[in-house]
Amino acid sequence: MSGFGGFVLRRTVGALVTLLAISVIIYVVFYVTPGNVAQISCGPRCSPAQVHQVAQQLHLDDPLYQRYWHFLEGLFAGQDYSTGTSVAHCPAPCLGLSYQSDRQVTDIILTKLPVSLSLVSGAMVIWLVLGVGTGVLSAWRRGRFTERALTAVTLAGTATPVFVIGLVLMIVVCGELRLLPFPQYVKFTDDPEQWAWNLLLPWLSLALIEAAAFARLTRAAMLETLAEDHVRTFRAYGVSERSVVGRHALRGALAPVIALNANNFGGAVGGAVLTETLFGLPGIGQELVHAVKVVDLPVVVGMVLVIGFFVVIANAVADVLYAVADRRVVLA
Amino acid sequence: MSLVEVTDLTVEFGSLRAVDGLSFRLARGEALALVGESGSGKSTVAGALLGLHRGTGARVGGSVRVAGTDVRQASDEELRRLRGAEAAMVFQDPLSSLDPYYAIGDQIAEVHRVHTRVSRRAARARAVEVLDRVGIPDAVRRSRSRPHEFSGGMRQRALIAMALACEPDLLIADEPTTALDVTVQAQILDLLHTLREETGMGLLLVTHDVGVAAESVDEVLVMRHGRAVEHGPVGTVLASPGQAYTRELLDAVPRVDAPRAAARASEDVVLEATGLHREFGRGKSAFRAVDDVSLTVHRGETLGVVGESGSGKTTLGRMLVGLLEPTAGGIRYAGRPHTGVDPAVQMVFQDPVSSLNPRRSVGESIADPLRARGERDERRIRGRVSELLERVGLEAAHYDRYPHEFSGGQRQRVGIARALAAEPRVIVLDEPVSALDVTTQAQVVALLGELQRELGLALVFIAHDLAVVRQVSDRVAVMRRGRIVESGPVDEVYDAPREPYTKQLLAAVPALDPQLAARRRAARRELAAA
Repeated sequence: MSGFGGFVLRRTVGALVTLLAISVIIYVVFYVTPGNVAQISCGPRCSPAQVHQVAQQLHLDDPLYQRYWHFLEGLFAGQDYSTGTSVAHCPAPCLGLSYQSDRQVTDIILTKLPVSLSLVSGAMVIWLVLGVGTGVLSAWRRGRFTERALTAVTLAGTATPVFVIGLVLMIVVCGELRLLPFPQYVKFTDDPEQWAWNLLLPWLSLALIEAAAFARLTRAAMLETLAEDHVRTFRAYGVSERSVVGRHALRGALAPVIALNANNFGGAVGGAVLTETLFGLPGIGQELVHAVKVVDLPVVVGMVLVIGFFVVIANAVADVLYAVADRRVVLA
Repeated sequence: MSLVEVTDLTVEFGSLRAVDGLSFRLARGEALALVGESGSGKSTVAGALLGLHRGTGARVGGSVRVAGTDVRQASDEELRRLRGAEAAMVFQDPLSSLDPYYAIGDQIAEVHRVHTRVSRRAARARAVEVLDRVGIPDAVRRSRSRPHEFSGGMRQRALIAMALACEPDLLIADEPTTALDVTVQAQILDLLHTLREETGMGLLLVTHDVGVAAESVDEVLVMRHGRAVEHGPVGTVLASPGQAYTRELLDAVPRVDAPRAAARASEDVVLEATGLHREFGRGKSAFRAVDDVSLTVHRGETLGVVGESGSGKTTLGRMLVGLLEPTAGGIRYAGRPHTGVDPAVQMVFQDPVSSLNPRRSVGESIADPLRARGERDERRIRGRVSELLERVGLEAAHYDRYPHEFSGGQRQRVGIARALAAEPRVIVLDEPVSALDVTTQAQVVALLGELQRELGLALVFIAHDLAVVRQVSDRVAVMRRGRIVESGPVDEVYDAPREPYTKQLLAAVPALDPQLAARRRAARRELAAA
């Protein structure tokens, strides 16, 4: 197990280094842009005095590495901001201030993040169950009607935009059949049951499309493992088909599924803009689009960092899961 | 009633008839070998005994009865009961035949629980018991290992243990020793023999290796193109074959005890290696693949390099042609230091499938060395390549064909033609015939001898097969763990080996005579007991 522990440690250090590199790149890309960064951050309606204050808060007169250092310091130790009349404290993971909304970026993100995580984690469960299930089934029933039907459905699934599925679901389920109220975000901590009911449609519309991709990937991987020699061995020993497919073939096929899931989960945290907009969910994606539109620089930087964080973490977790599934990974 | 009754079996894949009207019987406690070259349908027969073709689209005709079950008529449920419990199969290539994700003991226990109503714990105990029975040391601990943590021989033992788990009446072994070194092969064959004596189960052995059959069975059935060519007691068939094809097959098998025709001595040293070392990896994980190897190759002679897997023979070959830099030591070609790749020293690789680019015609592949030397005249290139193709026994018209259109033997001829294109003085051949059937192997070996005589080539022939090496070499070097343990004129080394390791290797080579094989098995047993 020392090999395994070492592997987890190496992977964690790797993830941290990646995150640090991402923060450098993001900082440079957004804060070393041509033009007056203070003016841009502050927004178009700022007075010269306000712009000057922002420039001071962003330490724009300091050399680049010092400015980046301040930024990092804010992330790990928090920062104090002088607002001219008083001093505001921005606690530990401080991503700066949104000058346009006069709020701390961390607060903005913290209010939006639970919404996005609720949406994506629920959808993930559905897309995994549905996608992997469909993929296994169509690989197992290869060449029969079931497979052809499933292939057609998944192809249609990948080709349908989320706003079409979402709209249709809403019109049918909420409008015509009146099975559910039109979705509206309820906090999990307020009422878990209402939380789930309200998120059901967003989950489905996000998951159905993702599930199609997972089904196709799982099917291809399953076809490969089903053709492997060790699967033949267990068939030749009278092991039931269910066990051959579920235990031996599926396990081998899971590696690419884990990898795709890591990417899609990380990406969807900040990227499910369409679903969020369609169902009026105040999540990260929507906020990011808004911040980009009004060029709220600190918010954009903070959001991009958080999204990067989720992608990196999801991939690190995927690598560890890989190693749990297949110990040979540890050796490589 | 016989354990196995096969009557008029045919198996068709699409328009290909893999097995054509085959009939045979096997009684309890007896052993039968299906012997044939690749494509003879022998493995298909083995699969048909367990009904493995069901649901694959293959058409099976005739009747197959195994342990009283009509395999063709049986329900899926009956078939599953037969598989493993009545008749168990030991597969070739034990690495891919075990699930890489589960511990070996768990896999055996799973199979055991399919056929026997026992607790998980009892099944696990049974797995340890059979692993111990097949000679896995420290079976309790090793049963928790995954397949990649086992050596090839141990994996093969584990597969045999899986077969034993439910005490079947019939063991079907499909090329059980093909991927193994000779010494390990001898151990596995001895193990199969002992198990058969102890349990009285029947054995159906599928093999391309007549020697392996002679070691292990009572009866042999020679197959070709899906049909039975000859069937009879192993001693009779091998000693006085009744059919022309059987004779041809036996003649092609290289003999480890056949003296080599007079060696041509030449004092002219073309290739000389001194103190070659090669390490892979760094620090603690450094591995010394070749450790202080010195050798000379004379003009017109063949130096055989023989050794088991991991002995460093391929690494040595790659250093000799300059594909790999030695960590220490030097190579001299025709008296001058030789670094990097030199057209005068060429290489022929083991796997003719993967060493030819599948997307380029064979003519273009052969032309590569010509173009590398700066030849630009397309007509001259084509002319020279056609000449080379004919020289290795192919046709000039094959220029525009692609590798997949050729058989294994033909592809290896292409590989030789490509090596010849550079007009080399020395060719290093790394396992050039080990992927080929014996009859094809004999043809390629004959071609190499012919080319050598005509062109005065020096050959370095690297192989694990002791018999082939004896057949082609003038001098031989035996390698073990990166070192040459013994070298000398081939007849001396083979007939009067000095080193215990060489003796051990030679004792492990299967004999073609079943009586001799039995004597040698007894000798090996004594050696192991001592």
